Amino acid sequence: MRALVATLFALFALLVVWSFVVAPGRGWAMPENVATLGASVDELFDQIQWIVGAFFVLTVGLLAWIVWRQAQGGGGSRSPISNHLPLEIFWTLVPGAILVWLALVQIAPWEALKFSNSIPRAADGTPKPPLCEVWASQFDWHVLYPGADGRFGSVDDLHSPYELVVPVGEPVVLRLGSRDVIHSFFVPSFRLKQDVLPGRATLVWFECTKAGTYDLMCAELCGWGHYKMAGAVRAVPRAEYEAFLAHKTRALESNGVEDRK
Amino acid sequence: MSAPGRIFSTDHKRIGLQFFWTGLAMTLFGALSALLIRWQLAWPWTSMPVAGGLVFPKSGGVPSPEFYSALFTFHGTLMIFFVVIPLLTGWLGNYLIPLLIGARDMAFPRLNMLSYWIMPLAIGCLFTGFLVEGGSAQAGWTSYAPLSTNPNATPGSLHGQSWWLAAIVLAGVSSTLGALNYVTTVVKLRARGMSWLRLPLTVWALFLSACIQLAGLPVLTAGGLLQLSDRVLATGFYSADGSPLLWQHLFWFYGHPAVYVVILPAMGVVSDVLSAHGRKSVFGYRPMVFSMLAITLLGFMVWAHHMFVSGMNPALGMAFGIATTLIALPSGVKVFNWLATIWGARLQLTSAMLFALGFVALFITGGLSGLWLACTPVDVYMHDTYFVVAHFHFIVFGGSVFGLFAACYHWFPKMFGRMLDERLGRAHFVGTFALSVGVFLMMHQLGLAGMPRRIADPTVYPSLRHLVPLNVLITWCALGLAAWQLLFLANVVWSLRRGPRAPRNPWRANTLEWEAESPPPHGNFEAQPEVERGPYEYDPRSGADDFRPQAARLSPRR
Repeated sequence: MRALVATLFALFALLVVWSFVVAPGRGWAMPENVATLGASVDELFDQIQWIVGAFFVLTVGLLAWIVWRQAQGGGGSRSPISNHLPLEIFWTLVPGAILVWLALVQIAPWEALKFSNSIPRAADGTPKPPLCEVWASQFDWHVLYPGADGRFGSVDDLHSPYELVVPVGEPVVLRLGSRDVIHSFFVPSFRLKQDVLPGRATLVWFECTKAGTYDLMCAELCGWGHYKMAGAVRAVPRAEYEAFLAHKTRALESNGVEDRK
Repeated sequence: MSAPGRIFSTDHKRIGLQFFWTGLAMTLFGALSALLIRWQLAWPWTSMPVAGGLVFPKSGGVPSPEFYSALFTFHGTLMIFFVVIPLLTGWLGNYLIPLLIGARDMAFPRLNMLSYWIMPLAIGCLFTGFLVEGGSAQAGWTSYAPLSTNPNATPGSLHGQSWWLAAIVLAGVSSTLGALNYVTTVVKLRARGMSWLRLPLTVWALFLSACIQLAGLPVLTAGGLLQLSDRVLATGFYSADGSPLLWQHLFWFYGHPAVYVVILPAMGVVSDVLSAHGRKSVFGYRPMVFSMLAITLLGFMVWAHHMFVSGMNPALGMAFGIATTLIALPSGVKVFNWLATIWGARLQLTSAMLFALGFVALFITGGLSGLWLACTPVDVYMHDTYFVVAHFHFIVFGGSVFGLFAACYHWFPKMFGRMLDERLGRAHFVGTFALSVGVFLMMHQLGLAGMPRRIADPTVYPSLRHLVPLNVLITWCALGLAAWQLLFLANVVWSLRRGPRAPRNPWRANTLEWEAESPPPHGNFEAQPEVERGPYEYDPRSGADDFRPQAARLSPRR
């Protein structure tokens, strides 16, 4: 039994380490990061992975070793101790220091991700206006571009259901809103997630660094059709983005304006 | 004793066992719902065995998406509020507290009886939800507004949600009454000589988890009543005109400390089992107590880490992120002290000991994955993905449930006067450990790859389609894990009737309950015990005389 249990714990430790080590090669890790702010998230993830990995291997390895050594039927330690203040101080202060460090290093990236004063500024110093509005409702994403007049909610607004098209390599500000319940705007490849509340406009921003099409998911339970609330973000070069808007404008002009929300 | 006297009993042991059997019965439903969830995730929109045919005869057993939502809502609610909390506080708290502190019964036996008898009402409300139009609640065990308050938001919000709220409010009242009782009993009814620092860690843990319930539960119960009011009286506490975030704050103010309610008692049990079955004193008794105190206090300052991406002020998120990172410290101190407890011990690999060791391994894993989630920028990605599901299942299954199994194997002889079969118990451990790793480990990878929780069909997203094999593997492991529990059930049923008679103190343990008969009669002790020493005086060197019971002599009954 002793060998079986010690082996079980040792195999468990190996399996856990294996599952994280092989993850990137098998698509079991975070998808490739394609946003400027995502780099700091990935860096924090890796740093924590080293800390977690070290403590995990140390403690579970020790557990397997102790089971192997102390369950062989003979007597235990001849001079057992049940208190050791220096040891307690040691294993409080060392992890404590690591945790305080961890608590502090997350502050700057968090500020960059979520604080409103981190929203990129235009050339004149004012906060960059939203490129588009993203309206969430059961169970779809509706993207609204302001059109030629630059204002939302006017007759020349351009509609793009399920697909958010943005220029690559530029900071993009979005205004999120919900028409019914809480949804969550989640683009794994950008490391970006933000709940969208009814009755409130929420600003988010990102800068995509690589052209491509990325999954847009709803990450907050929003009703029976939550699972199918799939959208896409298509990041394209500036010229292609302009062409997309021009195409939408032509479509609007030829169809009339009945497509208002 | 007459039959009504046995059923409507004020004896703490009988009430404890009522919680035990009720919790065990609810576990069957919780496990069944988990398997149906896993079935849908592995083989989306295929005919569900057993339940499918019963619920969806028209579609040939293929579940509807709203039934899937009802399933995970039911699973989470049932497992937290009707399985692990009633088992860890209702069963262990009721059965063990008076015995371990040397009291004849609880401080308020009638209140205690009431706290149990509210539970069947609460369970009745939860199950009634499945019978009403629209079906059972479908807003998740967290029931965020306005999905839960708007009757048209999802079919389960039509009527089912009100039944869900009634169940939660009643369960809250039940737990509050129980907690009031536990706290008073520990403060007032300790035997002579049982000073605070001679309390077994199990009692400390049960006491602190009851303190958490007393402070936190009224908030959730009141919050639930407000949500009921929004639904029934058309108030607007949580509507878009009010604040949907208010519900989240009120829910998590207890919803998060509830995690500590279900892990602290398991920590206490594991400390006692490691010591008694390792024939060595708990290492660092005082640091163990202080770390549990720290968890209790800090536990009330971290609730909003469930809301980092909710739209809450990000400055608040930063403060909660820092507090959350720091709460890892007392848990870490406990892990080091457990390892030091078994270091140099004379480990007896009993079933109870094996589950306690398994608890340590799985709790370490679940605790460490929490570090990623405590880190706010990383949590933005992880939030509401399967990484979170993996994390809390390692804590609640690997932690709380393994602690419950350790407690069951350890105290079964005392509770029923019969020994469980140890060979079956050890086999139960090996399979349960291996299969639970199979179920929960790879959920980390699902989450890392971006799979959100609570979605009925991950293949809708192109970037998640390659995860199907992992989901199938997890489902097979879940089926195996559930089947493996038949070993435990068979062991319990067989041992209750045929197990060898248990002596008073089969494990040669120190704490007071082993002074009483197995099972103890009404009133517990023939004579009032007097406590002379701490609970952990074991000698790891071999020998017949390797333990010193807390009560050295029994004084005549007063």
